[in-house]
Amino acid sequence: MALFGKKKLTTVKVRKREMPDGLWIKCPGCDEMLFKQELEAALNVCTKCGHHFQLPRMARIALYADEGSFVEWDAGLVSVDTLGFTGTSSYVAKIKENQAKTGCDDAITCGRILLAGRPAALGVMDFEFLGASMGAVVGEKVTRLIERGTAEKLPVIVSCASGGARMYEGLFSLMQMAKTSAALARHAEAKLPYITVLTHPTTAGVMASYATLGDVIVAEPGALIGFAGPRVIKETTQQELPEGFQRAEFLLKHGLLDTIVARKDLKPTLATVLDFLQPAPAVA
Amino acid sequence: MAHYALPFEKPVAELERKLDELRHLTNKQNVDVAHEIARMEQKIAETRKEIYAKLTPWQTVQVARHPLRPYALDYIRDMATDFVELHGDRIHRDDRAIFGGLAKLDGQRVLIIGTQKGRDTKSNLECNFGCAYPEGYRKALRLMKLAAKFRLPIVTLIDTPGAYPGIESEERHIAEAIALNLREMFTFPVPIVVTIIGEGGSGGALGIGIGDRVLILQNAYYSVISPEGCAAILWKNRAYADRAAAALKITARDLLQMKLADEIVAEPLGGAHADPKLMAQTLKQSILANLRDLQTYTPEHLLKLRYEKFRVMGVFEERQKAVASAGP
Repeated sequence: MALFGKKKLTTVKVRKREMPDGLWIKCPGCDEMLFKQELEAALNVCTKCGHHFQLPRMARIALYADEGSFVEWDAGLVSVDTLGFTGTSSYVAKIKENQAKTGCDDAITCGRILLAGRPAALGVMDFEFLGASMGAVVGEKVTRLIERGTAEKLPVIVSCASGGARMYEGLFSLMQMAKTSAALARHAEAKLPYITVLTHPTTAGVMASYATLGDVIVAEPGALIGFAGPRVIKETTQQELPEGFQRAEFLLKHGLLDTIVARKDLKPTLATVLDFLQPAPAVA
Repeated sequence: MAHYALPFEKPVAELERKLDELRHLTNKQNVDVAHEIARMEQKIAETRKEIYAKLTPWQTVQVARHPLRPYALDYIRDMATDFVELHGDRIHRDDRAIFGGLAKLDGQRVLIIGTQKGRDTKSNLECNFGCAYPEGYRKALRLMKLAAKFRLPIVTLIDTPGAYPGIESEERHIAEAIALNLREMFTFPVPIVVTIIGEGGSGGALGIGIGDRVLILQNAYYSVISPEGCAAILWKNRAYADRAAAALKITARDLLQMKLADEIVAEPLGGAHADPKLMAQTLKQSILANLRDLQTYTPEHLLKLRYEKFRVMGVFEERQKAVASAGP
């Protein structure tokens, strides 16, 4: 080994490509630079490798709903700081911050849609809002969606995403799991179809309640789906996690999902399934 | 009683040590210190009362996790007769973190289910520190269906840090096992009395926690996340668990006030571990009183009330908005 005269390495300078902010996005699936407009036109799915980016709330609703058919239900439900949560930052500040960021009241939007001509009750969860965590508002809106679906004999579809229960609401948030599941018991008793679409990521309290109770459970490719987060599992068990652990494909292999469907095929798939489960649609 | 004391119990432990010495002295030298002993016992009771009267939420969590605290099977031993344990989920395995079986409480036939912790390394390995796998919840569901079929009231005793977060848990779908229990427990037309006897750890507790009555022992806690877990997320440091415990409002008194629990079951002075036999009798009487009341309802009415009980849980604000039709 040469001890002397070794040439000092210089950092290689790469000229940064000039990219106006927000116009391009790097795909975490294949490292390709994607033109944002093109990506949006492709429903936020990478045109090169098929990686599914998260889809904004209104685009998600538009994905399932026939054009102009969406009628919102239960708008105006707002979270309150019922515990007076005293942490590093206040819950009230968190809510305000997320409302400003998303322009929405909370982590879910519900309503009635026509899906390929058939009426359905739809809930869409939005990970952008506090990780789509479930507090009283999410729980109440999902419950009302299911109850109204039962009353109006509608199939219910919930497009799920969630980091889990909203701990700022303490045990109230846990009880939303009970409340939503109770409503689903009645919907099931009425023999009405309930379909869940699991998008990236769907975990914890939402996963251990209404997300998993679908008559048919559909997932988007690559979505992280599970009860405990991978970090918690790793810390608890001190085990190496298997490759692809808790991804949609892993769940499918273990028999925990009905099917994985690419985003562009979601609506036609739901329409076909509903056609089998509820052949004569309720009169609109 | 074995000498295990939590940090804040130290003054009591110290007095107890002195009391032991006194007794020892009496035996050995035949000196009459009866008066001294009585005085010391009085002092111990007072000190204990003082300490337990002002437990912080974090101290309460520690009492709930006290290594000498009676566990579910201790209650079975002390309050039930004719216990016939029924094992296994008939699919995969007999999970030892959740047990169940037929039992009588003062002659009242019930199906009892509980989460079980271990006292030493061996028993803890066997029951996985009270953290159930999916098969535990599936066993519980199987037994509850049995209870529904034969019209036996269901009693559940909850003491778990949470459902087990592990690779196999996920592979066998722990989320589904819990979710299914939540939904199905709203359909069983028999009375269900739930008691949090120690730790009510999140979804793992709720998985056998739907009932017509939810009782909680005075020093038990019930939380959506462990104080340590909450501290790690919000304060980036588990050492802030005491603050998290306070912020989360997880004590029996808080939960009763928020109407998330129906009744607090009083513990003996110094906690359930100070007198497990008395604790078991108190709990048995509470459970039986609730069962007697619930048995006056028709099954339909019972199910309706159970639905409504959980239906109203959650606080939010409803702002009147113009009927919006924001079509995409």
